[in-house]
Formats: sequence, C-alpha cells, structure tokens
Amino acid sequence: MTVMISHMFLQHYWWIIVSILAGLLVFLMFVQGGQSLIFSLPGNEIQKTLIVNSLGRKWEFTFTTLVTFGGAFFASFPLFYATSFGGAYWVWIAILFSFILQAVAYEFRSKPVNIFGQKTFDIFLFINGALGPFLIGTAVATFFTGAMFSLDSMNSVHWETPYYGLEALFNIRNLTLGLAVLFLSRINGLLYIINSVGEEDLISTARKKILLNSVLFLVFFLFFVVSLLVSKGFAADPATGAVTEEKFKYLYNFIRMPLVLVIFLTGVVGVLYGIAVSIFGKSDKGIWFTGAGSIFAVFSLFLVAGFNGTPFYPSVYDMQSSLTIYNASSSLFTLKAMMYVSFIIPFVIAYIWYAWQSVNNTKITEEEMKSEGHVY
Amino acid sequence: MIENIDLSLIDWSRAQFALTAVYHWLFVPLTLGLSFLLAIMESIYVKTGDEKWKRITRFWMTLFGINFAIGVATGIILEFEFGTNWSNYSWFVGDIFGAPLAIEGILAFFLESTFVAVMFFGWNKVSKKFHLLSTWLVAVGANLSALWILVANAWMQNPVGMAFNPETARNEMISFWAVLFNQVAVAKFLHTISSGFLLASMFVLGISAWFLIRRREQFMARRSILVASIFGLLASLMVAYTGDDSARTIAKTQPVKFASMEALYQGKTNAGLVAVGFLKDADRKLGEHNEKDFSFRIEIPSLMSVLTGGSAGSYVPGLRDNLYGNDSLGIMSVNDKQVRGREARRMLLSYQNARKSGDGGRADSLKNILVTKDYQENYFRYFGYSSIDRPEEVLPDISVSFYSFHLMVILGFLFIMIFAIAIYMLFKDILEKNRWFLWVLLFSIPLPYIASELGWVLAEMGRQPWIIQDLMTIPMGVSRIASGSVLTTFILFAILFTGLLISEVSIMVKQIKTGPKH
Repeated sequence: MTVMISHMFLQHYWWIIVSILAGLLVFLMFVQGGQSLIFSLPGNEIQKTLIVNSLGRKWEFTFTTLVTFGGAFFASFPLFYATSFGGAYWVWIAILFSFILQAVAYEFRSKPVNIFGQKTFDIFLFINGALGPFLIGTAVATFFTGAMFSLDSMNSVHWETPYYGLEALFNIRNLTLGLAVLFLSRINGLLYIINSVGEEDLISTARKKILLNSVLFLVFFLFFVVSLLVSKGFAADPATGAVTEEKFKYLYNFIRMPLVLVIFLTGVVGVLYGIAVSIFGKSDKGIWFTGAGSIFAVFSLFLVAGFNGTPFYPSVYDMQSSLTIYNASSSLFTLKAMMYVSFIIPFVIAYIWYAWQSVNNTKITEEEMKSEGHVY
Repeated sequence: MIENIDLSLIDWSRAQFALTAVYHWLFVPLTLGLSFLLAIMESIYVKTGDEKWKRITRFWMTLFGINFAIGVATGIILEFEFGTNWSNYSWFVGDIFGAPLAIEGILAFFLESTFVAVMFFGWNKVSKKFHLLSTWLVAVGANLSALWILVANAWMQNPVGMAFNPETARNEMISFWAVLFNQVAVAKFLHTISSGFLLASMFVLGISAWFLIRRREQFMARRSILVASIFGLLASLMVAYTGDDSARTIAKTQPVKFASMEALYQGKTNAGLVAVGFLKDADRKLGEHNEKDFSFRIEIPSLMSVLTGGSAGSYVPGLRDNLYGNDSLGIMSVNDKQVRGREARRMLLSYQNARKSGDGGRADSLKNILVTKDYQENYFRYFGYSSIDRPEEVLPDISVSFYSFHLMVILGFLFIMIFAIAIYMLFKDILEKNRWFLWVLLFSIPLPYIASELGWVLAEMGRQPWIIQDLMTIPMGVSRIASGSVLTTFILFAILFTGLLISEVSIMVKQIKTGPKH
C-alpha cells in the first residue's frame, strides 16, 4: 500500500513538473509571438534588426524548454509520448518543422552568402512565430476535447483517422485555444520588446499593437474557457480506472480544487494587469506580470486536465484507451530516480536567471549591437 | 500480437531516422570539440591578457555559432522522432530510455543554451572570468548532452538494469546506475566525445592551413595550429584507445556485430586481425545470401584472438557459431533463443487473456512465474526472437559492417600521423615551408566527418535487425501510420536539411574567407 501511495504521489509530482514546464514554455513563446510581428511591427530595417536581436538572445530558452518538455513527458508519461507523437503525427511534425526553421534563421539571416537571402529566413521566423504557438495550443486543446485513438494489448497506438492529428484543426474549441495561445504569445512578445529594446519609436508602435492583440486574445481565451466549463468532460473511476463522460467535469475540477482555481484566476489577473500597465501606465515591466500570469494560467489548466481523476488525454474513439496520469506513467523506480534529478531544477532556474540578468543589463540599441559584435 | 506491417512503412521510417541522424551528426562533433578548443583559447587570453588570443577565440566562436544553430535544429527532430516514428518502441522502453533524455534536457541543454548566450553577447557585459567560465560551461554542457543520449543509445545496444513488467507490457528500470554505467555507454561516450575533439581539431588545423597557404592571418593560424594539433593528437590517441575498448565490448555484448565487422564466418583460434581487406562473394551460402571471402587482405596474425581473449589460443566465435550455436563454448543457437522468446510471448498472452477474462487466480499465478529472475533472464531476455522466423534474419549486412569498421580504423591511424607530423613541423618551424602538408591539412577536413559517420553506420546497421538488442526487432517498434505520410515527411526533411546544409557551408566558407573581424 505504501508503494502504491508513493507511486501515486510521484505521478502527481511529475504531472506538476510537466505542468510547470508547459507554463514556462507558453511564457517563453514570447519569442515566437515577437517573430510573428516581424513584418508588421517594425517601421524600418533597423527596427526589424533590433526586434530580431532582442528575441534572438532568448530563442534558445524556448527551444530548450520545448525539448525538456518533450523529454520530461517521455520520461514520466511515456504512454502519452508514444500515443500522441506516434498517432497525431502530422501536428507534431508540423510543430517540429517550424522549430527547425527557427533554429537556423537567427544565425543565418544576416550572414553574407546565405544562399536563400535574408527575406527567406525572416519568413522562416514568421512561420515559426505564427504556427508554433497556434499548433501547440491546438494540440494541447485535445487534452480536453479528446483524440481518436485506441491501444492494443501491448499498448501500441492505433490512430483511427486518416489525418493523423490534423483532425484537431476541425474542432472549433481546439482552434480557439490555438489562437488564444498565439495572441498571448504576441502580447508577451510586444511586452518583451518594450522591456528590452531602447528605441522609443519602436516601443511606441509596440504599445499601440497591444490593445488589438489583447482583445483578440480575450475573445478566443474566454470562448475556450467558457466552453471548457460548460462542456462534458471525461472522468476515470478511481477504483477500476473505467473512463466515462461527465457533465461539467472541468468546472467541478476547479470547484473541487480551489487552490487551482485561485492559481488560474491569479494568472488571468496577472496577464490583464501586465497588459493594462503597459497600455495605460507606460511601464516597461508589463512582461513580468503577463509572463507570470501566463505561467500560472497554463499551469492550472494542466492540473485541471490531469488531476482529480481526469484522463489528461481522452480517447473519443475508445474511451477505455484514454490516458490518465496513473496508466500512462513510468514505474515507481523511474519516477523516483527522476525526482532526485528534478531537485536540481531550482539551481538551473537560478543560473538561468543570473545569466539572463547579466546579458540583459542594458537595453538593446544599434550601438549596443555593434559593440557586442554578434549580430543576427 | 505482431500484425502485418507495410514493409515500406518500416523502410521509410528507418530512412527518415537515418537521414536525421546522419545530418545531425554532421554538426554535433564539431560543437563537442570546438567548444573545448574555444575554452582553451579563451583561457590563454585571460591568463596572458593578450588581445590577439581574444581575436583568435572570437573568430572560431563565429564559426562555432553557425554550426551550433544547425546542430540544434536537426537535434530536436531526433528526440521527437522516437515518438513520431517509433512509438511502440517508445512505450516498450520509455521507462528507461526517457529518463536519460529528460536528464539531458534538465542538466545539459539548459547549461549549454544559457551560457552560449553569455558567450556570444556577454563580452562587454560580464567580467572576463565569468565569460571564460561561461565558455567552459558551454563545452561541459555540450558534452554532457552527448553523455545522456549515448547512455540511451547504449541501452539499445546492451539492455541492462531493467526487468519486464507483464502488467504494463514494457521494460522497467530497476537500476539507474546499471543503465548509466553500462559498459557500452562508458566506451561509447569516451569514444564519441574524443572523436568530436579530433574532428574539431582537424577543422581548426585545416582552416588555419588555408590561411597559411594564402599568407593571411599567419599569427592566428600558427597559434590555432599549436592548440589544435596538440589537442588533436591527444584526442586521436584517445579515440584509438577507446575504439579498441569499444571493439572488445562489442565482442562481449554483440558477438554477431563483432563477427560481422570482421567478416568472420567460421570461428577459430589464432584468429588474425584484418588491417586492410576487400570482400568478394564466396560460393558458400549462409541462409539466402552468399558468404563473403577476402579477395585481398593484410592480416596481423593471431591479434584478434589476443585482443578479444587475451592469448593466441583464444577462440573467436564466428557468425556460424552465433547463429547455429556452439555447445563447447556455451553459445546458444538462434533456434534455441527463438524457442525461449516464443515461450515468453505465449506466457505473456496467457497472462493477458487471464486478466481480460477476469480469472484473477490464474493471472496471479502466471505473473508470479513471469517476474521471477530465472524467467526474466532465460526467457524474456530473448523476447525479440519470437518475431524471428529464420536464424539468418539476425545477420546484419556484412559488407556494410566490415567496410565501415575498417575504413574508420584506417582513417583513425591516419589522423594520429597527421597530428603528430603537424606538431613536429610546427616545433621545427618548417610547417610553412612544406606547403604540400598545408594542402594535406586542408583536404583532411572532411575525413573525420567520414570516419565519424562510419562509426554510426557500424553502430546502427551492424546491429540489425534489432531496435533493442535481442528484445525488439525494428518492425515491432515502428509507429503504425500510413507509409505515405512518412515518405512525405522524409522528402520534406531531405529537402530542408539539404538546403540548410548548403546554406551553412556557404556561410561558413564566406566567414572563413572574410577572416577575423574584431
């Protein structure tokens, strides 16, 4: 019994870690959000270079967080990794494809003789900026709306549509979360640029763009949240593991886990406050509020998706194949070994923070870029 | 349990993974080695305060940055392709394989990516010492990344530290340390990183030679050659030593691969080591395929027996011993392994059926048998053989194994010579007078790339048909998706990677021609 409780504790522990990584990833997608503005925000080439260089100094954090998010999912919930990646093939491949484009675009865009020209690499940045957050949001929405798969006796996945994941795009709720994540990333991107670039005209244009992006974000986000609260959800019986549909499941999850509700509301307030101080207060610190708010909101949505006997990856084709944090997890031994490794995370965050501060201690301007020499 | 799988799905899934791995490995070794060379050069700068060393460091750092970006780009695909294309494999081993990947992300990737930003953008923002520390941490982070992914790969070559859990139908880790200190992992890690050091040294040496040929940036070129030739010689000696260790480990853990890379069909005592050889089809058959004979070979008598068994009288098992068994040596035949693997599968099915039909008593009694150490070691260990029909199916392509191994070894010895000659000429101050040697250095740049890729060809193609040695064959591990989808993504990746490679090489050449800016 002790072993069971410990395993259950670790399954919860690792879902929390995965949820934190998801929150961090959405925040760090300010890089993608900023990239999606690469053609519409700058008024001239110098401003574009400033935007690209301010984002370019952070792109690897997002990239590494995505890789770690995937690795942590693989290690702690391998059945999800196998099922979703092996089945919803096209969605994940499209996401990865856009990230390949990004990884080279920064380093190659302004280098002479790059064969394809700067414009092409800027388009790569735009594609990653627009598609990355949208597709990740759409894919994560299937945690709530379900996917079409079944598992056999060896837990091998069989995807039951010929679209291999692209069918997620035919669901309006999935699309709204995708668009909400995209516009949140754009807001975070604008606020990051306001925070890190030292060019008044650019900052002023960025401020003007916050409002429209915020309105669009709120429309899609509220649509998704309301539909989540009023829709049917999926519930796993704690004793047998049998999965059934349950009305208002996610609303009940919030009510039964009030702390999660508080975290969610704190996150939403944080995002709104960050937006408000940036539009009305002319502050350049808005990114920290919207950033923290994004982390909190996404973190709490993941907890709602996986805790309180909720299958975090429901199958709408064969409900009993649905994945819970219990049936999809690694063994007790592996989760415990990994837990010891996870203790190092605060140390990792500490040195990231220190390095971030030491590189960001001056605003990025034309002169600053020239003095550092490594210009994207 | 094994359904009919479209063969083209398997082929395209393999092709896509191979394509990604080959491209990824064009960039990673340079990152592994050049990061340390940068750290050494910058250390000299900080120690001496000589601005010329800073300039040298920054020049190589620019090239490092170009290479690093494309290495990262191709790397992300590899991690996720385990899921997208090998999902059944991912579940079967995720409990073990996932952990090193996650640790790689938490421990190594963040270290690398955090301090790479300081390395590029911190010259005027942080202290000299903190910048130097960042450069060293990038090198450590990059090489730590290699450690964890190689631990994962080594487990596929030699699965240890796990037990099969019939309840979840997968392998589960029972010893983290056994997985980490797997003898294959240790040998593979040291061999791989040292080959990266070697490759980067040759890269620096070749480009520096070009500057000397053009009589440009001579100070930088000479200093770079000094650092790279010493580092390269040490690395190439380490490659030879760890390569020997790797081969011995393979002889123990993957005897079929070992016999294939030596093209040794019939085991023998006093077995010689083939230094150079060419293969031809023999009249004899092994299964459906003709055996290979040597049309030409230079052999060092008895050396293979000495290296693998400690004396000339040691018997080195050949492919026939490993396929058909050798009682006197205690080598089990593939037929015997098939019987055991099928028994394990039958028992697992019985257990699953008992559970499904609600017969808890029978399920429990079967499970009690399945989890015993004896059953795990003597039956589940051969689980993969249950999907083997004929013993000869466990043979990899002999020519590919033989040539990839021997060409790699020949190149390895050539590198030792090149580095040694470079050091000699440099210290005798005759390097620039011997322009032919400068050209040799320049044209040697691609050779470590070839050797390094050949190493992976041997490691991966030499262990066919296994995705996990003895436990799972390739068809068992593949994702069941439409082969047309995989073919399409293969083409997309092939076009994209090739385009990016052309762009990368073009940018790199231009940067080299431009020379140091600072």
